Amino acid sequence: MTLNRRTFIATGVATATMAAPMVRASGKPRVVVVGGGAGGATAARYIAKDSKGEIDVTLIEPSRQYYTCFFSNLYLGGFREMQSLGHSYGALASQGVNVVHDWAVGIDRDAKTVALAGGGSVSYDRLILSPGIDFIEGAVPGWSVASQNKMPHAYKAGSQTELLRAQIEAMPEGGTYVMVAPPNPYRCPPGPYERISMVAHTLKATNPTAKIIIVDPKDKFSKQALFEEGWGKHYSGMIERIGPDFGGDKVSVNADEMTVDVDGEVIKADVCNVIPAMKAGRICEMASITDGNWAPVSGHTMQSRIDENIHVLGDACAQGDMPKSGFSANSQAKVAAMAVRGALTGSKVFPAKFSNTCWSLIDSDDGIKVGATYEATDEKIAKVDGFISATGEDAALRKATYEESVGWYAGITADMFG
Amino acid sequence: MSGVAKYLSAVALSAAAFLSPALAAEETEALGDADNGAVIFRKCQSCHAVGPDAKNKVGPQLNEVFGRKAGAIEGFRYSDGLIREGNNGLVWDYEHLDAYLNNPKALVSDTRMNFRGLKDEQERHDVLAYLRQFSASPRDIPEAQPTAIPKEIELSDEILAIVGDPEYGEYLSSECTTCHQRDGGDEGIPSITQWATEDFVTAMHAYKEKIRPHPVMQMMAGRLTDEEIAALAAYFAALED
Ligand SMILES: Cc1cc2nc3c(=O)[nH]c(=O)nc-3n(C[C@H](O)[C@H](O)[C@H](O)COP(=O)(O)OP(=O)(O)OC[C@H]3O[C@@H](n4cnc5c(N)ncnc54)[C@H](O)[C@@H]3O)c2cc1C
Repeated sequence: MTLNRRTFIATGVATATMAAPMVRASGKPRVVVVGGGAGGATAARYIAKDSKGEIDVTLIEPSRQYYTCFFSNLYLGGFREMQSLGHSYGALASQGVNVVHDWAVGIDRDAKTVALAGGGSVSYDRLILSPGIDFIEGAVPGWSVASQNKMPHAYKAGSQTELLRAQIEAMPEGGTYVMVAPPNPYRCPPGPYERISMVAHTLKATNPTAKIIIVDPKDKFSKQALFEEGWGKHYSGMIERIGPDFGGDKVSVNADEMTVDVDGEVIKADVCNVIPAMKAGRICEMASITDGNWAPVSGHTMQSRIDENIHVLGDACAQGDMPKSGFSANSQAKVAAMAVRGALTGSKVFPAKFSNTCWSLIDSDDGIKVGATYEATDEKIAKVDGFISATGEDAALRKATYEESVGWYAGITADMFG
Repeated sequence: MSGVAKYLSAVALSAAAFLSPALAAEETEALGDADNGAVIFRKCQSCHAVGPDAKNKVGPQLNEVFGRKAGAIEGFRYSDGLIREGNNGLVWDYEHLDAYLNNPKALVSDTRMNFRGLKDEQERHDVLAYLRQFSASPRDIPEAQPTAIPKEIELSDEILAIVGDPEYGEYLSSECTTCHQRDGGDEGIPSITQWATEDFVTAMHAYKEKIRPHPVMQMMAGRLTDEEIAALAAYFAALED
């Protein structure tokens, strides 16, 4: 038999050894997954696929179409259409995942039930939370979620990203784009800076005298040397960054006036992209499994340190040395899926392994990447080894790196959604 | 000893003056016997030409091959994998030529070089000594270290004999599919479906030992133990039955 994807699934089902299921008084063990993004969709798919029907998997996700944040910056740069970033849940449903399009609005940890906005509740033996991020109220004075239609964050992809692109296209000649960058830790460390690159790419073609200002509370940022080299090379004179040494950490905004106040100095913006400080998706707070802004977990299993029946994945968890990325969430989901199966059906559990690679695009065919591998220690998810693109790499390598990211996008979205 | 080898030894000796005595001994080994290499090269000649007026044949011509980026001769039809390795940074230096001659597929799985490899280390060194005469000033062979002991990917029988745990392999394989498309698509990232087991094991060890240049794969394979590579192979092999 030749090895292709179809047989890969089929034989996987047919030949795997069946582990002795835990004896239960009634029915199959139930897993409920909240959030159908990078972490949640992957976990639901792997548990359903690998348990071969022994576990009942329900995925709760309000949207029918998930728009990936990854590659949403490329949409701003004109490299991708929004439609190509949308993924539906049909294939997961046909692979045995019970998909419920609703919000989880409460968790009763004693009764082990999840309440749904549409009424009713679902009970679980294990609960997996992968709700992504929410913004910390008051993090940028003058900005609230109510201001997002004037000053978009575009840090959850979809209509926010479309709004930001429309605003960039409508900028007056020589106008000013301001980004208020977030403090650490936040979703996708290179994300804001890839976005700056993509906005510059668009403006260079349509509005070359426009200015881009980054107001940044951080001293340094991910892949900084690579981005700065690229900005100098492709967008010379267009981008200015105000770091904390010049008041980048003392910023407030006025959405009606479209102004940004940086330590007393007022900047008039034509587009103001505010990316506020972040915390775990609200449902984690509701479940009282957060400590500070994030949900602490054991790296061995991704189990909450507060409730062992709950696993927390992706951006919402305090993930040790791993950056908050879609790649990380996908990697953590596989560890959790294995641990959950082990606990519920007695299947074998192996030592957790994690990895991450984040590609960023600076300009056409100028891709860079950073990555690392990780392992679980009792204390945290700890880095093992890593690499980063070098400055001064030749054009062929940068082009290959970009092409690789396109391959990765196809790979991870197939891995998430089936 | 051929002229080339003597020349190299002489250069090495002068450089060795700056090195520790222990290193110096290693650095001054002869590269190989180019005259003998010329005889062995006859095996290669049906596909490769070298020397004045050498043209591409079934394989590319080999003048100036030392220090050349892999897959770089314009107009020659290379396999996708060879071009990719070139873009990843594979340069034909001594170490990589040696590994390639030993087992072409260790470096480039889909290579069109249909040759099982020269298993005799001395024969490889002799051929390389011969070929090196046609590369004037190889950039990536430090002149001072012509005999730096080349790494190579020769899997021991013990490694090949390890029986992996397919269930563990299944878990480990889930790391591969974050990037490698499950349907065998190879846009930007090579396909990992339909691999012969031994090619797979060889490729993973070549990344682990950093013979193949790709940094992500070096990192991913770098932390896999021999048993884990065997587990992956066992999992993939089980799918083939
Ligand atoms: C601009 C940008 C670029 C990025 N680029 C990359 C990149 O190149 N590579 C990379 O690896 N990562 C990238 N990321 C990061 C990546 O998108 C996130 O890290 C990843 O999506 C996190 O996965 P998650 O499962 O934690 O959350 P998400 O993918 O956000 O999924 C959370 C899901 O939970 C749902 N949800 C939330 N609350 C509830 C509730 N109460 N009930 C039911 N459902 C709920 C949401 O609707 C959502 O679908 C980027 C992010 C941004 C913003």
